[in-house]
Amino acid sequence: MRASLVMSRRDLDFLLHEWLQVEQLTKRERFAAHDRGTFDAVIDLAAEIAVEHFAPHNRAADEHEPHVVDGKVVLVPEVAAALKVFGEAGLTAGTLPEELGGLQLPQVVSKAATVWFQAANVGSSAYPFLTMANAHLLLAHGSQEQIDTYVRPMAEGRWFGTMALSEPQAGSSLADITTRAERQEDGSYRLTGTKMWISGGDHELSENIVHLVLAKVPGGPAGVKGISLFVVPKFLPEGDGIGERNDVVLAGLNHKMGYRGTTNTLLNFGEGVHRPGGRPGAVGWLVGEENRGLAAMFHMMNEARVGVGLGATALGYTGYLHALDYARTRTQGRPPAGKDPLAPPVPIVEHSDVKRMLLAAKSYVEGGLALGLYCAKLVDEEQTAETPEERTAAHTLLEVLTPIAKSWPSQWGLVADDLAIQVHGGYGYTRDFPVEQFYRDNRLNPIHEGTAGIQGLDLLGRKVVAGGGEGLRLLATTIGATTARAAGTEWADLAADVDAAVARVGEVTATLWGAGDPDVALANATVYLEAVGHVVVAWLWLEQVLAAGDADGDFYAGKRAAARYFQRYELPRTGPQLDLLASLDRTTLDADPGWL
Amino acid sequence: MNIVVLVKQVPDSGTERQLDSSDNTVARASADNVINEMDEYAIEEALTVKESQGGEVTVLTVGPDGATDAIRKALSMGADKAVHVSDEAIHGSCAVQTSAVIAAALSQLEYDLVICGAESTDGRVSVMPALLSERLGIPHLSGARKLTVDGSTLKVERQTDGGFWALEAQTPAIVSTWDTINEPRYPSFKGIMAAKKKPVETKSLADLGVDAGTVGLATATSQVLDFAGRPPKGEGVKVTDEGDGAEKLVGFLASQKLV
Ligand SMILES: Cc1cc2nc3c(=O)[nH]c(=O)nc-3n(C[C@H](O)[C@H](O)[C@H](O)COP(=O)(O)OP(=O)(O)OC[C@H]3O[C@@H](n4cnc5c(N)ncnc54)[C@H](O)[C@@H]3O)c2cc1C
Ligand SMILES: Cc1cc2nc3c(=O)[nH]c(=O)nc-3n(C[C@H](O)[C@H](O)[C@H](O)COP(=O)(O)OP(=O)(O)OC[C@H]3O[C@@H](n4cnc5c(N)ncnc54)[C@H](O)[C@@H]3O)c2cc1C
Repeated sequence: MRASLVMSRRDLDFLLHEWLQVEQLTKRERFAAHDRGTFDAVIDLAAEIAVEHFAPHNRAADEHEPHVVDGKVVLVPEVAAALKVFGEAGLTAGTLPEELGGLQLPQVVSKAATVWFQAANVGSSAYPFLTMANAHLLLAHGSQEQIDTYVRPMAEGRWFGTMALSEPQAGSSLADITTRAERQEDGSYRLTGTKMWISGGDHELSENIVHLVLAKVPGGPAGVKGISLFVVPKFLPEGDGIGERNDVVLAGLNHKMGYRGTTNTLLNFGEGVHRPGGRPGAVGWLVGEENRGLAAMFHMMNEARVGVGLGATALGYTGYLHALDYARTRTQGRPPAGKDPLAPPVPIVEHSDVKRMLLAAKSYVEGGLALGLYCAKLVDEEQTAETPEERTAAHTLLEVLTPIAKSWPSQWGLVADDLAIQVHGGYGYTRDFPVEQFYRDNRLNPIHEGTAGIQGLDLLGRKVVAGGGEGLRLLATTIGATTARAAGTEWADLAADVDAAVARVGEVTATLWGAGDPDVALANATVYLEAVGHVVVAWLWLEQVLAAGDADGDFYAGKRAAARYFQRYELPRTGPQLDLLASLDRTTLDADPGWL
Repeated sequence: MNIVVLVKQVPDSGTERQLDSSDNTVARASADNVINEMDEYAIEEALTVKESQGGEVTVLTVGPDGATDAIRKALSMGADKAVHVSDEAIHGSCAVQTSAVIAAALSQLEYDLVICGAESTDGRVSVMPALLSERLGIPHLSGARKLTVDGSTLKVERQTDGGFWALEAQTPAIVSTWDTINEPRYPSFKGIMAAKKKPVETKSLADLGVDAGTVGLATATSQVLDFAGRPPKGEGVKVTDEGDGAEKLVGFLASQKLV
């Protein structure tokens, strides 16, 4: 296998085949047209296109931020060229059903292909990935007519899509959005309002841009119960193509720390700049039912959030691979015991401290990849497992794991990039090496798709208490099944550590909610999120070494070393965190804002 | 126009490649095998000709069972069907023997045009199209950087160091291509799925009517007697500039016969 600094195909093959045994999925009707050969070919193709068309302009797109000339967004030309190749290869339609020109790929395989693009060039790849998310949402909640009108051209790569939720005054709290949608006699709606942060919100890369917009219909219930979902295209569809310009305009571009290849926009709806049908107001059509918009959006949230986590892992992964490559060639210093100043300096990869950094990064990115692919497979299980019980169980487990799959890699993938800079020494701090960009790009991930703080509230406030705590119980039994398999192996001690940590999480959760005060329970929700995340990833490291068995060679020895690293250096962090939580600590709750 | 494109599976030239020390042949089983890079240009050219002239593109591969991966890739790029000649007895064959096998396979196929890459990255003998031309008695337009088809007339720009030669021949003929001829397409997702359903016919030497005793390592016309790895990279030479740096550099380059 040709080694790459973008992603590790060897690791993907290990996780997909030796561990998750994804070929078994081809026994299910939905995936019956596939086999190992098509899975391999799809990942080969993704890797080839990512390496040849996306990685080369990653830096150029970062250095030449999108800007506006005569009202149109200008990007470096390589972005359009790469997206053309992506679209022509049919990658946009990977997981879509056959009747829409899709391949009906399992999510887990699709995600394994996707990470190549996220690692190679997260900015350019955001356009098709947003489009895919948009298409999936319409597929699940749109009418047949909406599917024909919008999903088809998106599947063909001709139209791109966005997700327009956030507003200047309402990011985490979507209950407070103010964009209005007024029902018209012909059944359509007219939207007015401002959306902030909309990725891919405007550009000249595609014939049309399909915005999925959250807005409130006047007279509806207050808060999130009054949010509806609309499809609002930049150009109104006409026949197979586009017609009149809709009243959605670019109000400005945001200038970001990273992810610069993706335009990030402030969009005005219904300002009257364009007058579709002779009057102002952005024309939109309701997706699903009125006031059910957020539910529809959240339906796809698990998949989207797992995707964000994998993106964070991918950026951490490529940072790690670059650091490793650098450490093998950079010579500096001598071993502590080597006293001879005339001895040649050694490659820094030989220093224990550098190995510490690389093992840490390896344990984060390979752990994160395992977590993301495991969750992606749960999406497949949720949709296609043999029995309703298995499907429900997959759903329950996915619900509880999603905030972790989103936030854990966002936190630790970023640390992997931080370590990659550190391994590069002064060079890592310069623009002559790509690691500083990986770090900047990855810094977004703890913020969008629900900040880490919001994920903590979701996990502790909702997911672990939902259904009388069945999610957490199912997670514990699932982990228990793994630790039981480790009995009598060299990993029995790791299994025992994981078992103890899982038991402690159960106790602490009960203590937190037992106190009867949600403000106290949730004051340290982010600490809870971090601790449970580490326990989950320790479990997935145990899964990986059990899958590796006693196989020989550097690859497997590396898996074992990273698992040991995680056991010795990382899992113990959760002890003090869980103790703090168990003490119902009020330091943050009681801190008066005036003191800060 | 029916086209046969010759496709070989080789160890990836971007990875560490090895010879098998037991019989000094290319270690294929342990290698990361891919389509010979130059053959991707041949496939692309065949598909382009088909798109303008109609007809079918057949992939012909001689190689071990694992070579199906290369065939599948060619099919997913758009070729219509494939013939895979696989027989234990072929192991260790020289170019001359292999050409006899390919010629026998070709004579069981209907073709107007055979296209192949100008060389393979493993053996690098670059004689296969010439050998086939001789065996089949058809013209060989070698080293093409451009191919035009006009009815049954084939015109080729044959790449040379200083420019090109204009060659012309009537079909049936064999054309070998360089990587300057086109930009090979990627397979598409649809192509990957379609490839699974395309016919791949596997043939043994017996099916081709080739006597197994005439091929293989034992009767090969050339044999690898010994081999050694490339010597490790040396320290290199440091040129210290004491006002005469340029002279020293030129002297070094001249000593290496680089200028
Ligand atoms: C580059 C980029 C791309 C984006 N792309 C899109 C997109 O395509 N579509 C889209 O709709 N949005 C997009 N967003 C918006 C993104 O989802 C929001 O930025 C995010 O939800 C946070 O909202 P905010 O920025 O308003 O921060 P705020 O909500 O103001 O949060 C600020 C801080 O307060 C904390 N906080 C807020 N509320 C609470 C609470 N109740 N309890 C505890 N802590 C809280 C947060 O955790 C955070 O640390 C994007 C953002 C960026 C930066
Ligand atoms: C913005 C900037 C400003 C600077 N300004 C100045 C300045 O004004 N003057 C000046 O003289 N220098 C300056 N420096 C240089 C700076 O001090 C060096 O970058 C720093 O000492 C690290 O050296 P290095 O970059 O060569 O990294 P390396 O020494 O190559 O280190 C790479 C990695 O290997 C590790 N490592 C190296 N040796 C060992 C060992 N023996 N054991 C264990 N681990 C090891 C390091 O910890 C690091 O993680 C500056 C650097 C930057 C980036």
